[in-house]
This record gives sequence, structure tokens and C-alpha cells, in this order.
Amino acid sequence: MTQPVLSVRNLTVEFPTRRGILTAVQDITFDIMPGEVLGVVGESGAGKSMTGAAIIGLIDPPGRIAKGEIWLGDQRIDNLAPDRMRKIRGRRIGMIFQDPLTSLNPLYRISRQLIETIRTHLPLSQADARKRAIKLLDDVGIPDAARRIDDYPHQFSGGMRQRVVIALALCADPEVVIADEPTTALDVSVQAQIIDVMKEICAERGAAIMLVTHDMGVIAETADRVAVMYAGRLAEIGPVASVIKNAKHPYSQGLMGAIPKLGENLDRLVHIPGSMPRLNAIPQGCAFNPRCPQVFDKCRTHRPAASEIEPGRRAACWLYPEVTEA
Amino acid sequence: MSDTLLDVRHLSRRFDVSAPWLNRKLEGLDKTYVNAVKDVSFTVAKGQTFALVGESGSGKSTIARLIVGLLEPTEGEIVFDGTSLARGLKGAEARRLRRRFQMIFQDPLASLNPRWRVTDIIAEPLRVFERSMNDRARHLRVGELLTLVGLSPEDGLKFPHQFSGGQRQRIAIARALAANPEFIVCDEPTSALDVSVQAQILNLMKDLQDEFGLTYVFISHNLQVVRHMATEIGVLYLGRLAEVGEAEALFATPQHPYTRMLLDAVPDIEMTGRRRKKVEGEIPSPIDPPPGCPFHPRCPFANARCRSEVPGLTRRGPQAAACHAVEEGRI
Amino acid sequence: MTMTNPTPGNPAPAAKPIVPPKPQGRLKAALDSDIFYSWRRSPVTIVATVVALALILMAILAPWIAPHNPFDPASLNLMDGFTPPMTENQFTGNSYALGTDNQGRDMLSSIMYGSRISLFVGAMATAFAITLGVSLGLVAGYNGGMIDGIIMRIADIQLSFPGILIALLIFGIARGVIPANQQESMAIWVLIIAIGLSNWAQFARTVRGATMVERQKDYVSAARIMGVHPFLILLRHVLPNVLGPVLVIGTIGLALAIIEEATLSFLGVGVPPTQPSLGTLIRIGQQFLFSGEWWILLFPALTLILLALSVNLLGDWLRDALNPKLR
Repeated sequence: MTQPVLSVRNLTVEFPTRRGILTAVQDITFDIMPGEVLGVVGESGAGKSMTGAAIIGLIDPPGRIAKGEIWLGDQRIDNLAPDRMRKIRGRRIGMIFQDPLTSLNPLYRISRQLIETIRTHLPLSQADARKRAIKLLDDVGIPDAARRIDDYPHQFSGGMRQRVVIALALCADPEVVIADEPTTALDVSVQAQIIDVMKEICAERGAAIMLVTHDMGVIAETADRVAVMYAGRLAEIGPVASVIKNAKHPYSQGLMGAIPKLGENLDRLVHIPGSMPRLNAIPQGCAFNPRCPQVFDKCRTHRPAASEIEPGRRAACWLYPEVTEA
Repeated sequence: MSDTLLDVRHLSRRFDVSAPWLNRKLEGLDKTYVNAVKDVSFTVAKGQTFALVGESGSGKSTIARLIVGLLEPTEGEIVFDGTSLARGLKGAEARRLRRRFQMIFQDPLASLNPRWRVTDIIAEPLRVFERSMNDRARHLRVGELLTLVGLSPEDGLKFPHQFSGGQRQRIAIARALAANPEFIVCDEPTSALDVSVQAQILNLMKDLQDEFGLTYVFISHNLQVVRHMATEIGVLYLGRLAEVGEAEALFATPQHPYTRMLLDAVPDIEMTGRRRKKVEGEIPSPIDPPPGCPFHPRCPFANARCRSEVPGLTRRGPQAAACHAVEEGRI
Repeated sequence: MTMTNPTPGNPAPAAKPIVPPKPQGRLKAALDSDIFYSWRRSPVTIVATVVALALILMAILAPWIAPHNPFDPASLNLMDGFTPPMTENQFTGNSYALGTDNQGRDMLSSIMYGSRISLFVGAMATAFAITLGVSLGLVAGYNGGMIDGIIMRIADIQLSFPGILIALLIFGIARGVIPANQQESMAIWVLIIAIGLSNWAQFARTVRGATMVERQKDYVSAARIMGVHPFLILLRHVLPNVLGPVLVIGTIGLALAIIEEATLSFLGVGVPPTQPSLGTLIRIGQQFLFSGEWWILLFPALTLILLALSVNLLGDWLRDALNPKLR
């Protein structure tokens, strides 16, 4: 059995406020294997982006990791000092965000940003770093990379800009890339291009991807496994095909049914009544119980832990006898 | 076919995006214009849902704003139930027409005044259009509307920020329905919402359409949503209609290469193993659109004629496409 | 699939939103608000509030709580003149907490009455500047184009001169226009208009910017689609949403207006000497500074500083408390 490249154990992220402590992420455990693409889906406020931010050590204060451990290979990284974490970010963990404009400095040519990032992490000369940068841009599908490397970010279109960000994230051959909604700001016709590029280039380099998105379609096409989050907790995790076609948790079942599909023309979509609770009002027991069609007494009082219900699949739902209390 | 409620004829809208006067004079620049919408014509029948699909820069939101009168057309006209909505609608006639149409917006938080209680927000159309209505009747009507959209009458005392995104969109729908309109323009009504909430809102909109016989113009970039809602579809590319036709036919046998490309680019959520086809290139800037057919730089079927001559819509069966290749029978 | 799938025409009611129980009543809600929380956490602001409130109360209640009436010639005794604070007058044996001025007026009472006039002028001038600035800002921001250009260029020109210069100019013009026998009674209103006119531009600028943002929002579009008159849209939709920043500049503007009034009165062009404001008192006081009667200058000056400073600090705090970015 190979060792996971990234391992998150019982991660809990809290935000102390004057009205009490809000738990944005509660007791999340998952592994990412080398070269694997793990999709993390959930609605806004489900804690998926916060999980990504915790891994790269960029939680906005006053938020903090209250419990749990994050391991990158053999190294525990959740308790590292900020300057040591900075060396890991970019070198061993790459980052791709939703809006390419926030990752690129509009005042610098992209050559400068790429070369600086490369030389921060790798012992290369200016000329070698530039060669590497051009190669990277070429790999992510930027035509005429040798010339375009000296352009400013605003001279690229939205899709090309996101390609530059992918190149930037992969500068130092990281072991894992955290991609937070990488295609959300793009038009559908461009989304497919970016997903392909991201998948191909990471596969070539053996980098694992944690793909955070609300778009189930992107997950279905890209991910090997998928984790479904709800109200800061893990509802279900498993291989992407089986979760999509045969969801175990009632929330994931509802989520899948709610997506309109091209292949079928239903008169009505399946929908989950109500909305996700706010962080200050997460109900007792299972967080989903007020909206769950199969709720019973135990759900209202006891919180289920994400437990293994089939080999390779975990779900946090009392419908399955294997599930234990958290 | 039932009666035509909305008839959009050769609609064009140009925006002046020139640099300020002084800069123009000093730098010797000419005025710059964007043709956000160019020669768009379609009709919407009573009780139907006409969807306008397009990516960024396609002009779909501009058309929505032109229809409800937030913008004035540069050319062409919009005829609503036999009356032209062109310039200069005034007084009682304007009010009679305005009460028959409403709009639902993309961002439900921005479309509700944050300083107003929900009751006042929903009652606004009643105050404008039902001037004889007394406070008690209005209060009852607001409670009725809140119940209709799945909220409770007590929610009227709260402010918009106390609701979730989906609930806010329900409030916006209640406001749109307050004065019993027959026609609603929906501008990306669910694209700011999560999927499970999107399904609630889409179902609600369908229910309301059945109950009140509403006619929708539905603007969206999401083909799956459009597939679920629309009876007729217009596909926009860089301000022009690329293809227009019955929804079923358009999804079953898309004609225009752009429509085909859009359908191929939809993520395969059903995991049928269908691969998204890679589409080359991106949408050109609307400030400097390509000559001829606006899609030709990305089109695999483009020839010399496509590069010079703008194609017109040609009807073939249940749909019409603006494509030389389709017209010539090349594809 | 086992999810709820309600029948058409009968939408499923949304689950009750789970919101934290709100405390009942307006007072409780106010005490629980974020604004009050930030107020409680800032000792400087608490002190500023107490000082400002004390000074304002003292000014408002002056006719009832002042030990003397400095404007009643019958109660004045020239023999009381130049009595130092907390000492007995060598001729009359009277003692005054803050001493007396050259005419034997009790300084404490003079300051109380003077603050009253300073505050009145400051508040009225600020109210005038807000009314003018907010109206013009709303009109400019909502309409754009030519109207916007004209209003904002006037504001730009005005902002490039010091406010006091504008006020002096307006004051001078008013002197020339108003007949001599009415100048005394009109002086205070001329002062209010002069100070108000020299301060409207910053309100107009802020409101114009905020209006341009709000105008783009869809709640305004919704009202426009219904055909609501632009005046009503401005009044009922836009105005309530642009008042936050106005409150902040208004508070700071009040402090500035008080100082401006004091400056004008100090220069002798402000309120008539029969109604001395803090500025007038300071002008009178500085004549005696070098002859040793320091209290005639010091106490009015101190009051002015305390008043302006405390109001200004309140404005600063309000700006931070209302700014979501700093929270």
C-alpha cells in the first residue's frame, strides 16, 4: 500500500466570535494518494474552501485549526511556523484559485512572476528558470509561449490567464495541487479546455489534485474520488462513479437529483426542501436531519461519524448499521 | 401555435465605450462603440418559456434589459401584445402595460432593498399599480404571496439579509407576482444559487407558470437549466442569434456549429463516458468582432464566404440557424 | 430516489429558517448590536461620548442651570471684573468658579451660553450643508451626464479653496446686501448659511459616489421597471442606502463647523457681540492674556477644544464601526 501524499485527520476549523465559537469545518478525515484527483463538493458555506485554506495554512484570522492533523507525506504541516509553511506552499503544494486575477500581479509581466516563483523554490539560474517557465506555458497550452511570456496578465483572455495560473502552481513540481473553483469564472466552452489541461499536466507530473468546486459536472469529469461536504462535515466520500450513480447519504442523493440533466426531460427536478443551516445554528445530531426525508429519532440526537460502509466508501448516516457515533 | 405575446423585431443596441472627450481629442482617438445586440428578432408565444442562451458577451442580459425598458434600443422595436414598447410610453397607458410584465434578477440580494422590510418590498408593485387598495387588503395580499412562494406571512417583518439566497429569490418572485403580471423576464435567476436551491426555485417557477399561465423569457448560460425550463430557445453569440427554434428539436438536432459546440461542452454529469469535446479558442472581444460570421475563427466548417459575409437566419424545419455551411448543406 | 417531490401547483414550504433567537424589543436589539459592541470595546469613544454629551447638555440647559445670566446687564457689576477663578473679589467679596471677564461676567455662565450659540450655529450649518450636499449628490449620481458634470465641477472648484475663505466671501456679500438695521438680527443666519455653503461639497461627493453604486443595483432596476418616479426612487430607495457615510462625515463636519464658526467669530465677522459664542469669548480673552488674566482666554478655548475633539473622535469611531472592511 502506498503512502498518501496528503492526509487530513479529524480536521476541525473554528472561528471564535463574540457570540460564541463557529465551527466551519468539523472532524474531517480523508487521504489523497499520489496522482489522484479528489473532488470536494458542497454548497456555499459547506466548508469546502475552508478545508483547502486549512491545508495551505491560509485561514483568515480569527479562524484557527482547533483539532486534528494535516500530513504532507511524512511531514506534519498544520502546526508549522508561518515562514516554514511559506516554503512548502508553492514548492510542495500548488494553488489555483477561482479568479486568475487574484493570483497574478497585474503590474508584473508573467515572465517575472513565473521566474521568481521558480527561483524561490528551485536552485536554477535566471536563464534556466526562464526556459522552464516557457516550457511550462507551452505545456499548459499557451500558443507561442516564448513570446507571450513577456506579456502582462491583462493581455491574456480569461481562459489563457487561468492556464498561466496553472503553470504558476506547477512551477516547482508540487506533490499536490489545491484547486479552488478553478473553472467557475470561465465560460462553458472554455471550462472543458482548462479541466483537460489541469488533468493532463498533473497526471504527467504525478501531482495529486484536491479539486474544490460546487459544480458536480466538473467533478464527474475530473475526479477519481469525491467527498461531499455539508455544514462543515463530511457527508460521504467514495469513488466518483459510485457516489454519482449510487449515492448513500440522503444529502448526496438529493444533490444528484437536483441537477438538471441534458439526457432527461423531467417535468420537475428532485429537490431538497429548506436550506443549509448557518454555522451558528447547526442542529443537534446529524446536521442534515431537519431536511432529511428519511430522518428518525437517533438522527436528531446523535451525530454520525463518517464510517466505512463499503470498501473504499464512507458515509455519515445512521441508515447504515456500520456507522458509529462521532 | 398560440398567440404571440412578445415580438422582438430587428433589435440592436450599441453602447458608447469611447474614452473621455478630452483624452479622445488629445490622443486623436475616434469614438468606440460596442454592438452588444445586433439585429435580433424572435417572438414569444403566450404561456411559453423562451430561453436566451449564451456565454459572456453574447448580449443576453442586454436583451432582457431592453425588453423591460431599462435600456432603449438603438434600432428595431419590441411589440408587447400588439403595442410597441418603443420610446415615449407615457401616463396611464404606460402603467397599464408595465403592470403586465416584471423581471427577476440574478443576484437576489442586490435586487432587494436592504433597508426595506420584506412586506414593503413585496407591496411595492401593489402601491404602484393598485392605488385603490387599502392597507389591510395589501397586507393580506402580501401574506398570500409569501405563502405562495413557500415562505410564511410572518417572514414579512424581517429584512432581506436575514434570509438565505434561495429564500431571497423567493421574495423577489413574490414581488414580481404581486400585481398579477402575465409576462416575466428572468435574468439568470438561479445562477447565484446552489444546485439544491436552484432545483427548488426552478420547480417553483414552473408551478407558478402552470398556475397563472405565465410567459417567461428565461436568460441563462446553463444549458441543463435551459433544457429543463424552455419550450423555445434562442442561442446568442456576440450579440447575434446563431440559432433559434423549438427546445426539443434544438437539443436533438442542433444545426449551428456553435450550438453543437455548446452542447458538447456540457459536463457529463450522468457519467455516460461521453467526453467533452475540446473547443478551440475563446470568445472574441465584442469591441472588435470578427468580420463575416462572428463564429468563424472558432468554426471547423468556416470558408471564405463565412469570413466576409454575415449569415442570416434560415429556417429549416422546427428551427432556424444563421450559418452559411448549414444553408449550403455542407454540414 | 426518495426525496420529496411535491405536486405541481403546491410548492413545498421551505423548512423554517434556523436563525438565532433575537432579543425582543428595540432597546435590547440595540444593546446587542455590533455597533454597540464596538462602542463598548473602545474606552476612548466612551470618554468622548460622555464629554460630548455633558457639553451638549450643558449648552442646551444653560438658561436653567447657569449660575448667572451674562446677557442681563442688570445683574452685572463692573466691580466684579477680572476676578480670578476660585478667589473672592477684593471689592465685592463674590467668588466665581472660573472667574469673571473685564465686565464682571461670570466665565462659567458665559461659556455655557457661548457653547449654546456655537453648537446651534454648528448644528444648523451642518444640517444645511447635509441637505444641500445630499440632494445635489443624489441628483448628480443618479442622472449622470451633464447635470453630474456641472454639479461636480462646482464642488471641485469649491473644494480647492479653504472653507473659511468661502465663508468669509459669502459673509462679505451678505453684509453688502442686507440693510444695516437688520444686520444684527440676521447675522447668525448669515453665518449658518456661510458655513453651510462652504461645507456641502464633501457631502455631495460622497453621496454621488454611493448613489452611482446603488443606482446599478437591481432593486433600483426593479422599481424602474414598475415605472416608479425617479424622485421617489431617489427618496425611498437610494437615500436610505447612502446615509451611512453621510452620518460619519456629518459628525466630523459638525466638529469642523464649530471650529469654523469660532474662527469667524474670532476674526470678528461672526455672531454679534451681544450673543458671544465660544469664538467671541476667545477673541475677548486674548486681549487680556498678556496682562495676566489668563482665565478669560483659557476656559473658553479649552471648552472649544474638548467639544471639537470629542465630536471628532465620535465621528472617527463611527467611521470604523460602520466600515465592514475594518470589522
